[in-house]
Amino acid sequence: MSSFDYRIVEEAAKQSYIKALCDLPPDVRVALHKAHDRETVPTARAIFEAMFKAIDIADQKKTLLCQDTGLPIYKVRVGSRFPWNGAAIKNCLYEGARRATQEFPFRSSSTHTITRVNPQTSVGPGLPVIYWDFVEDSDALDILMVPKGSGSENMSKMQMFYPQHGIKAVKKFILDTVVESAANPCPPGVIGVGLGGTSDLVMRLAKDAICRPVGQRHPDPQIAEMEEELEEAINATGRGPMGLGGDVSCLAVHIEYAYTHITQNPVAVNTQCWPARRARAVILPDGTTTYGY
Amino acid sequence: MSTTHHLTSPFSEADIRALHAGDVVYFDGPLFGIRDLTQIYIFDQGHTPPVSLEGMPCIHTAPSLRNVDGKWEKICVGTTTSTRMDRFTPGLIGTYGVRAIIGKGGLYQGSLDAMRMYGAVYLAIVGGAAALETEQIEEVEAVYFEHLHPEALYRFRVKNFGPLTVAMDSHGRHLYDEVAEEAKRRLPDIYAKLGVA
Repeated sequence: MSSFDYRIVEEAAKQSYIKALCDLPPDVRVALHKAHDRETVPTARAIFEAMFKAIDIADQKKTLLCQDTGLPIYKVRVGSRFPWNGAAIKNCLYEGARRATQEFPFRSSSTHTITRVNPQTSVGPGLPVIYWDFVEDSDALDILMVPKGSGSENMSKMQMFYPQHGIKAVKKFILDTVVESAANPCPPGVIGVGLGGTSDLVMRLAKDAICRPVGQRHPDPQIAEMEEELEEAINATGRGPMGLGGDVSCLAVHIEYAYTHITQNPVAVNTQCWPARRARAVILPDGTTTYGY
Repeated sequence: MSTTHHLTSPFSEADIRALHAGDVVYFDGPLFGIRDLTQIYIFDQGHTPPVSLEGMPCIHTAPSLRNVDGKWEKICVGTTTSTRMDRFTPGLIGTYGVRAIIGKGGLYQGSLDAMRMYGAVYLAIVGGAAALETEQIEEVEAVYFEHLHPEALYRFRVKNFGPLTVAMDSHGRHLYDEVAEEAKRRLPDIYAKLGVA
């Protein structure tokens, strides 16, 4: 255990941040092409074509797709057989995010919340955001990096309903939230929905939902059906890409749920912009690192 | 019914009056980058721009530039949300003769009125596609109010810059509002189908 070289984790934290900003996940590319295929409004089609050009340039030049490098989020899953030192991993994530920002280099989007001073590191109290999870029967340290830009994050919303309001109020809240967010979150993106839990957990569930590969359905058929219903409802509004009108207003609705209190019915919406950026690094105990999405 | 226009900046009033909401625009020539602080400096603190903006397009920019041996080079130039800068727009158009505001998300009624009165438009760019925008900027020609960087006044030279959607035209049409109205009209049916009516 003591022989594990944690610089490998720091490198993975750095490389995954850069990869997330430059290289769009294949499922997002497929979803955008499918959206373009079914879009009938000419200006909306031109918007998709501009997106494809931007993706090509980012691929060819290994450059940033969007200037908003977002707040860095690392979702870490520690396998039961991975020799882990949580404090060391945490330090590596902070240092990796800082090095990505300063060595690539790109704009730090992270700032002091009162003074608004930006030290150009992407790192500070509470940043990067780190979510920990632990899984059985795995050798791997699995790090999912998600940069979250402000256009979409600013449109987040949470509401505590009571059981008496029922699922109707929840569905209406989700639809109304998306309609109100208009062009701001750079649609069409993934609409992440959290259901249940506590006030803080429901927001995290919505964040988990935007990290799922685009269009992958929830395994629970009841939840999957609700995802389909809401997708159809949002697309029927005609808001379209960038809110300028069109057939495709979202790429997908993803819902994650947790049990909640008998007197509560929390719901949260966290939107992801059309690039739905994320990158993954999987590290094995021998130090082998594999990058993916 | 959407027409595609290829223009050269600076724009004449006739160039701009020929554009209608829903049209697509590409253009070549100079483009000025501005944002919050640039406009606070001009309008709230009374500093006149040291260069003419007559007929020019201005973009609500979020630039990442670096200064190499006294010359500014682009790293990544993207566009930011316009609504924050709405209150400065009638001044840019009325006082300084700006003919096009480029951004994402749109502006409000006062800006639309100024566009109608003086002959100007709002052109919506594709947000999140900074890689494309950066590629279409050929050069950072000048930086004015340099001490405000990254919120200085930038003069870029662009080639085939677009696609830009005419979202607010000089005839009083506001595409974002029209799309929102249409969504509102459809909502009762959508609620009914979703079972939440």
